[in-house]
Amino acid sequence: MAGKIQKQGVMAKLATLRGFAQRFAFASLFVLAFVLMMLGKAENMVVERARGAISDLAAPILDAVSRPVATVTDLITQTTEMMNLRDENARLREENTRLRAWHGVATHLAAENEALRNLLNYMPPAKGGFISARIVGDGGGPFVRSALISSGARDGISKGLGVINEDGLVGRVTDVGQRSARLLLLTDFNSRIPVMIESSRDRAILQGNNSSQPQLTLLPANARPKVGERVVTSGHGGLLPAGLPVGIIATARDGQVRVQPFVNWDKLEYVRIVDFGPIPAPEASAADAPVILPLPERPALRRAPVNEDPPDEDEDGVPPAAEAIPPTPLGSGQ
Amino acid sequence: MKSGGLWQRLDRFGRNLVPFAITLLLVVLGAVRLPVAGYATVVPLFALCAVFFWAVYRPQLLPAWLVFIIGLVQDALSGTPLGLSAIMLLIVYGMVASQRRFFMNKPFTLIWAGFTLIALIAIVVSWLLASITVAHIIRPGPAMFQLLLTLALYPAITAMLAGAQRLLPQQA
Repeated sequence: MAGKIQKQGVMAKLATLRGFAQRFAFASLFVLAFVLMMLGKAENMVVERARGAISDLAAPILDAVSRPVATVTDLITQTTEMMNLRDENARLREENTRLRAWHGVATHLAAENEALRNLLNYMPPAKGGFISARIVGDGGGPFVRSALISSGARDGISKGLGVINEDGLVGRVTDVGQRSARLLLLTDFNSRIPVMIESSRDRAILQGNNSSQPQLTLLPANARPKVGERVVTSGHGGLLPAGLPVGIIATARDGQVRVQPFVNWDKLEYVRIVDFGPIPAPEASAADAPVILPLPERPALRRAPVNEDPPDEDEDGVPPAAEAIPPTPLGSGQ
Repeated sequence: MKSGGLWQRLDRFGRNLVPFAITLLLVVLGAVRLPVAGYATVVPLFALCAVFFWAVYRPQLLPAWLVFIIGLVQDALSGTPLGLSAIMLLIVYGMVASQRRFFMNKPFTLIWAGFTLIALIAIVVSWLLASITVAHIIRPGPAMFQLLLTLALYPAITAMLAGAQRLLPQQA
């Protein structure tokens, strides 16, 4: 009898001990999660490795799942495009006329630039390359603006590189795994991009705020930003080349300057990672290695400001080709 | 006889992995890119629904350390600070574990109401933590919209998980 009671007592003690251990384990996991957050904030190597390893594992799955989704979207887009073919054709023809005129100006200016650079013994910045990649995941949630791509360190991507698409600057690479990498979009709270206002050359930092319109900060006190002015990268910090189109100033009130990026975030599918370091030798003989394309000479051509007044230097002998483009009539269509 | 025992054990092991595997799959699905305007910022928290469900009905099959791992995977895939979702999911798990008797044999609407409260607390805490990590107050609008979407999808996800639960061995 006494033995049985004793046994029960031991069992009860064991049960409380087990409950205590469980609670302790739960609390430890909580603390561990907090510690991880702090370490991640301090850009700890182990945390970054872990992040890369997990996204490496998931990237092929996400890639596979996102392909049918992309196919369906493409089908819908193609159908709508078919219905708008006539309008689109007219619009393109008009744009083509305008661009051809600008092409003349650009060729001329490029030649002139070359000649002037030769006069000055100017050293041009090193030319880099593009690594093209596909966005496979972007379910960032309400707190971050980021995306996952299915190329990584083995494709020549490294931390800090700039990311663009055909519209303009997208953001930067923040985490790199072997076959996946994370992009921090320029709208994220943690994004800071050195930029300048194209016409006034005023430098500033483009700071993300999780909304669709990031803010210009650290503008010089005498700067007078105007709505509609283009914002481009300034090239400071060395990671991004100067002159990549970023966006246009959307509002400028009470010292708050907001920029509307050129990139359409909802339709972002393919991006190019701009690599300005020494391009790795094409040792990766794998068939799925990404294509590295040479940088075009004048990337910002297609968004050349049409309605801008000709600059003052015209009188100092800008040759006739530049003046042969009357800005307003072309801009207004006919 | 011996091999039959082994097979049985393997079978049970595989079935016991079902809650973890499904929850992980939901995390991956949540990271898939949909070409819907603004979807990425309000993507529903599928994993939160799943963790809640398993914590109510089969907590033995989804111990806290697996919840922690699921949270880390979600953080790595969505780009949030590593540990943020882990904390959020552990909060859900812990609150259900402490109130488990309340959820036993209750009608679905009551469980849904309980889920609403717990999800609200979890999202508010993660909003606060995310704001602290960027040293700014993040606009709470998208997070609240995400909560509403998650609540709206909860019945559908529950129906799916209840179907999966039938695959599992009966509770001991």
